[in-house]
Amino acid sequence: MINDNLRGIYYIVLKDMRTYYLKPPAVSWGIVFPLAWIMAFYLRNPQGFENLIPGLIAMTILFSTTAAGAVVINFELRIGSLERLLLAPITLSAVLLGKILGAALFGLIMTLIVTIGSIIVFGLHLNIFYLMMIILPSLLVFSSFGALLCVMVKEVFEAQTLLNLPRFLMIFLSGVVYPVSAMPMILQYISYILPLTYTINGLDHIFNANPGSMIFVDFIVLILFFVLFTLPAVKLLEKKFA
Amino acid sequence: MNEEYVIQVSELTKYYDKHLAVDNINFNVKQGEIFGFLGPNGAGKTTTIRMLTGLSKPSKGNASILGFNQHNEIVEVKKHIGVVPERSNLYDELSGLDNLIFIGQLYGVPRHLRRKRAEELLKMFGLYERKDSLFRTYSRGMKRSLTIAAALVHHPKILFLDEPTVGLDVVAARSLRNLINNLKSKGITIFLTTHYLEEADMLCDRVGIIVKGCIIKIDTPNQLKKAIADDSIIECIFTHELSEKQMKMLTKRFSKSRIISKDSQTIHISGGVPNEVYEELTLFAKEQNIQLESINSIKPSLEDAFIKITGLSPIVMAVEKGGKNQ
Repeated sequence: MINDNLRGIYYIVLKDMRTYYLKPPAVSWGIVFPLAWIMAFYLRNPQGFENLIPGLIAMTILFSTTAAGAVVINFELRIGSLERLLLAPITLSAVLLGKILGAALFGLIMTLIVTIGSIIVFGLHLNIFYLMMIILPSLLVFSSFGALLCVMVKEVFEAQTLLNLPRFLMIFLSGVVYPVSAMPMILQYISYILPLTYTINGLDHIFNANPGSMIFVDFIVLILFFVLFTLPAVKLLEKKFA
Repeated sequence: MNEEYVIQVSELTKYYDKHLAVDNINFNVKQGEIFGFLGPNGAGKTTTIRMLTGLSKPSKGNASILGFNQHNEIVEVKKHIGVVPERSNLYDELSGLDNLIFIGQLYGVPRHLRRKRAEELLKMFGLYERKDSLFRTYSRGMKRSLTIAAALVHHPKILFLDEPTVGLDVVAARSLRNLINNLKSKGITIFLTTHYLEEADMLCDRVGIIVKGCIIKIDTPNQLKKAIADDSIIECIFTHELSEKQMKMLTKRFSKSRIISKDSQTIHISGGVPNEVYEELTLFAKEQNIQLESINSIKPSLEDAFIKITGLSPIVMAVEKGGKNQ
């Protein structure tokens, strides 16, 4: 059964990349939006643009994984093709994991473009191992977050609408453009329950060439968020097919 | 497992909240037969298929498919069954060929056989010329054919077809029925649901009649018809379409008989004394100022048997026909 599931996950990821992700709308949301956002801040204050790069990478992770990922499940539920996947000899969890990994893979491609571009343009020397230690779990966190919101609602547009609130909340409160430590205490507390905070925190440590043990804390917290989003998503999807 | 039966269903029950959709049903399907589940919309046909194919969990009871328990061996079950849902649900963004290859990948068809098998099916279903066209550009009949082809990619032993000809034109529906018969001749067991009585009559070796979640009769179409062979059935064809009001008046007038509206001009009346029925019909036509084209005594159809067995009103049947035309 494990082999059946792994095979199913692999081909669902490939199929989703082809049918949903590598399309202009997904690419534009995943990469153009974060770039435009960061450019706006750069134009306001051209000094210290390098400090914005962790935020740019974090936003690319957030937007690329949730751009199409957060609507794919609902879309397939509506047209019935998710049922087609569930008729195959694989489990429901494997189907959902395939969807999450599809979004994460697309996010990885977008994030690598932005990260490698930044490294080349600014001549940065980063520890790739630590970088992946933050980027990979973050991709899984936001893909699973998109999947969870997707199965919580019925319509495609509802998922996108519902997603906008936490997405923008995270941009403002997780330290994308404004350090968490400089925020009022109450907002700092709120930022601790937002996963993007740990992505940016981890990236900040890497960009400051000072990963230390804190990066492992960020890594573990991100993995916990991934589990926290994935398990209820599986349960909710199961409920739809109860 | 009884070798003769490939599907064994015992006390299968499904509740949606408090609504009882399938009520404690029991039936077996023999190897190589076409078994039809016949009933009006909402009778529980699709719910039963969903439970048997793992898309929905039974509230009670169990089912065994090819000896595998549907509850805890569903992945094994899925390897041996093909399912054609009522809605053609392949991927619009993929071509016909790519859709079949993708399904082959999911089912673990060996890499070197996938394309060959997909092309073989496309040829079998007359879609080879359009193999590279996107699914969304296919006609409804072509989509239906490709959906059935997709269910056959992995050589299933049992094929589940949910309302296979719904939405198809007459030619496509007939072609599909021929194909179903072909699949049977290749040894595939077929479980199909339909509310088209003629379809069940033409295709099925045995028919289970399901109404409001309960199976009320299982037999061969011939045996079901024999059960009302002694009933006299009068077929009356009017020259013009009957209005809904006239249909209701007619139903009221023959309240002691059973009336089936075949279409808006043709009705079947069974259970009455032929001479009295003739006279009453002639009188009705005169009162309503409509012409009778013909009145004949005919052999009972499966539809007549269905009406007698289920006791469903002709209005319900008329709604059924109007709701999902072929």
